Amino acid sequence: MPVAHVTAIPSVAKSVGSTRIVLGEGIVNLLGNADLVADEERKLRREIVMRALEALTTAGVVTS
Amino acid sequence: MRVVHYINQFFGGLGGEEHANIPQEVRAGAVGPGRLLTQLLPDTAEVVATVICGDNYAAEHLGQVTATVLAQVTDAHADLLVAGPCFQAGRYGIAAGAVCAAVHQQLGVPSVTAMSRENPGVDLYREQVYIVDSGDDVGQMRDVLARMALLGTKLANGEDPSSPAEMGYFPKGLLRSQFVDKTAAERLTDMLLAKLRGQPYEPEVPIEIAEPAAPPLPVADLSKATVALVTDGGLVPKGNPDAIPLAFAKVWGAYNIADKEALNAEEYDVSHGGYDNRPVRTDPHRLLPVDVLRGLERDGVIGGLHPEFLSTTGNLNPINNSRRMGREMAQRLLNAGVDAVILTST
Repeated sequence: MPVAHVTAIPSVAKSVGSTRIVLGEGIVNLLGNADLVADEERKLRREIVMRALEALTTAGVVTS
Repeated sequence: MRVVHYINQFFGGLGGEEHANIPQEVRAGAVGPGRLLTQLLPDTAEVVATVICGDNYAAEHLGQVTATVLAQVTDAHADLLVAGPCFQAGRYGIAAGAVCAAVHQQLGVPSVTAMSRENPGVDLYREQVYIVDSGDDVGQMRDVLARMALLGTKLANGEDPSSPAEMGYFPKGLLRSQFVDKTAAERLTDMLLAKLRGQPYEPEVPIEIAEPAAPPLPVADLSKATVALVTDGGLVPKGNPDAIPLAFAKVWGAYNIADKEALNAEEYDVSHGGYDNRPVRTDPHRLLPVDVLRGLERDGVIGGLHPEFLSTTGNLNPINNSRRMGREMAQRLLNAGVDAVILTST
């Protein structure tokens, strides 16, 4: 089954053989940003999740 | 020191491939390479019995052959089992690995074998068994047996087996503590300087590059797909019910979120010693986006969010252990009919 790998360190994901790599916001705030207000942070999270879903529906190796 | 030796029909002098169906037989004393082994072991050591078996017979009756070797080691009050060397012979390597593993695990008697890197016995048994790297050249028999004798004697005497690099055996995947003179920063700087100068340097952690896997087929219709969340960021329910450690995790957990519209920070904890957990402790969605996926589920963008998330700690984990946990997780998700996974890594 396809896996979208959300990470802040794509080089590591690549080295372990991940095929659908999605860039997150940061290591400790992977799908968020503690400096943003709640609405903005959720919008950012949604944007990353949408890229992950896009990767899951795309054929072949994906980096986004 | 009393030694039992396991060899195949070829080295036992019973014949080649046409005799690979010969069942196991036991001879008193040393046979074939065992005679050379006797010379290379300390004077006090003696090969007391040799088990010879055809390669095909061993492959097809591994349990029976193992039982014979276990009985010989027990009856002979042996201090050490030596098997091979097997070089590139695959069936021989697998049998040698199996008997060495059984003798060590069931009787607590040390064992040593030898194979070439390509022998399938290496991948199957190197974590359980001391396997000396024999190379491909049978002409090196004497040298290989000498290294097996040295390592085997150390093991039989209860001495430290030294490192794989020093003793020439395949790494067993163990992490050992040791004292060093320089701090990590100094060692790293030394390595970097050597690299910049084009000088050789030895990394302390072997970098294993995974074989590239073909990308799985994409999801055809997201609006009908069940999507599961998996994380290696160590998110666990309060109390950490599966006791997932901060590093070197050998376990993972599956946690129900079926009735959760969102994750309440007070119900969760983070067990991960490799990153600053405070942002995730304050809001677990920064690691596991349940809130957003529930919204997408309501809007019909995805068919559904799988009712449990899987979690472990990806910190200082040997790749073979990670691989095993990944396989177990994938099996659970497959059994549950999950169509796709979002994996979040810190």
